[in-house]
Amino acid sequence: MTTDVPASATREEPIDYDMLAALDAGERPGRAGGFSASMSHLYRAMLRVKHSPAQIIDVTLFPLIMLLMFTFLFGGALSDGDTGAYLQFFLPGVLVNTVLMITMYVGMGLSSDAEKGVFDRFRSLPMWRPSAIIGPLLADAFRYTMASIMMLTFGLILGYRAEGGVVGVVLAVLVLIVFAFCLSWLWTLVGLVMRSEKAVTAVSMMVLMPLTFASNVYVNPATMPGWLEAFVSVNPISHVVTVVRGLTSGAGVTTGQLGLVLAEAAALLLLFGPLTMRKYRTMN
Amino acid sequence: MRTDAGKRPGDGRQLAIEARGLVKTFGETRALDGLDLTVPAGGVYGVLGPNGAGKTTALRILATLLPPDSGSARVLGHDVSADADAVRGKISLTGQFTSVDEELTGRENLILLGRLLGYRHTDAKLRAGQLLKALGLTDAGDRQAKHYSGGMRRRLDIAAGIVVTPSVMFLDEPTTGLDPRSRNQVWNIVRTLVARGTTVVLTTQYLDEADQLADRIAVIDHGRVIAEGTPGALKASVGSGTLRIRVQDPAQRFDAVRVLTEALDVEVQLESDPCALTARVDDSERSVHALGELMRAGMTPAEFALGQPSLDEVFLALTGHPAESAPDDEAAA
Repeated sequence: MTTDVPASATREEPIDYDMLAALDAGERPGRAGGFSASMSHLYRAMLRVKHSPAQIIDVTLFPLIMLLMFTFLFGGALSDGDTGAYLQFFLPGVLVNTVLMITMYVGMGLSSDAEKGVFDRFRSLPMWRPSAIIGPLLADAFRYTMASIMMLTFGLILGYRAEGGVVGVVLAVLVLIVFAFCLSWLWTLVGLVMRSEKAVTAVSMMVLMPLTFASNVYVNPATMPGWLEAFVSVNPISHVVTVVRGLTSGAGVTTGQLGLVLAEAAALLLLFGPLTMRKYRTMN
Repeated sequence: MRTDAGKRPGDGRQLAIEARGLVKTFGETRALDGLDLTVPAGGVYGVLGPNGAGKTTALRILATLLPPDSGSARVLGHDVSADADAVRGKISLTGQFTSVDEELTGRENLILLGRLLGYRHTDAKLRAGQLLKALGLTDAGDRQAKHYSGGMRRRLDIAAGIVVTPSVMFLDEPTTGLDPRSRNQVWNIVRTLVARGTTVVLTTQYLDEADQLADRIAVIDHGRVIAEGTPGALKASVGSGTLRIRVQDPAQRFDAVRVLTEALDVEVQLESDPCALTARVDDSERSVHALGELMRAGMTPAEFALGQPSLDEVFLALTGHPAESAPDDEAAA
């Protein structure tokens, strides 16, 4: 035999020619760009939905249940029997609430990936590393959009009317999605640090539940005790709701209100984005 | 740099891996404690050791998944810390645990990896088909990976590792938990990879596997290399194992012990089977000689076997302690 081939290659079994052909054809293509890699991770997320469509339930049925429950169960009590008026007040709030609740799924997904070997595979590839986080977040942007469409459609059926018109609604949803995308980086960090889906869920709920309830989503803060009203007025979720309500109702928003929400979104991204990527690089 | 250890005799090829003084601790556990590794390019390099010896940690550092606390490592000349991306462009890692998305089909997994590596979607699809065929997974290609058998899953893992043919492939215990048939398939794949020019670094708990596949072996214990060399040299340093003999008639047993003790110059043990004898032997030549003596004395054995030393025996010989599992760093890593 040749002196070139190590002993391990020639011992015993014959060489498998299908395998050899596959190896010969395995030339390294040009490196994928960051956008392309993110799209491939988005592709993965979409395939997962294809295989377990039940994942769609939380962006379709959940908004419907929230909407029906709050309109008819609490709406009368909260709005002196006028459920229609309450719907008008409450829909933009519950829209924000629903979309922000969906953000926490990205953390659960990442922690479940990190527990398995697939994360090691991704991390050992020569690719732009944030794509493994951004891809799933882009998939989530679809979910936010879908949940928003569902919510608004059900709302219309129940009698909700967006005085802000199509433009107002589209702008409101855009602002909401941008904020949700930035907030998601908090959950990606939690997902990578906690390493257990249950723990991630617990932490996310613990943060999100009080923040969404202690806001102007459900009731007018003027009805609250002073200390709570003070908290509600600095709660970023209230700020998002104010902007979404202003845009959808046609009442409009001030530059200050919009700027505050965008600044808060940017702060979340700039704080938790790098922390997430640092954890992603150095995790065990 | 120990150049004598770094190059295979008679060729001046570059080193695939050069690791010096790697240290990694997880809390109280010192997973790597000054590990040195020199792997020549080409062939199979076996990293042998019990659970918790630090094998997985070493591989994860070399595959850029884990930064070392101290020490340095180069893969094909690229530093794993300073030049991690260049290293990732040359290697692939197939871990102990399934490293594919089990919710996706085999084909989808391979298409995904192809796209992540830079293929366009249609090329990635073609490539996936090619790899499924090469690994005998064409029929299973459109089933979700979670429904695969252990052997199929491992083959899909390997396929995922060769979407782009790597220069260095790390295989972490590639046959642990596989049935003998699947194990042989994996061994064949490894041999083919090597024939095509890939350097394969594999960890194993089985001396048998290292012996079958590896051109060189490093034995690791408590995060350090305690022996390094070709399988032959390693085994010679340990003794070739156990000679087991069954005489035809229990009455011959004590005579047989006398003959064997003389011929082998080691202690011969009586087993609970009234016809069976065992002896730890240094080399096979001597065992053959002893068998000859036995036959000349008119006691042709009914059965005899020369077993390879187990990993336990290797450890006992090299370290003076058995290969017990240390607190599990492999799981933590």
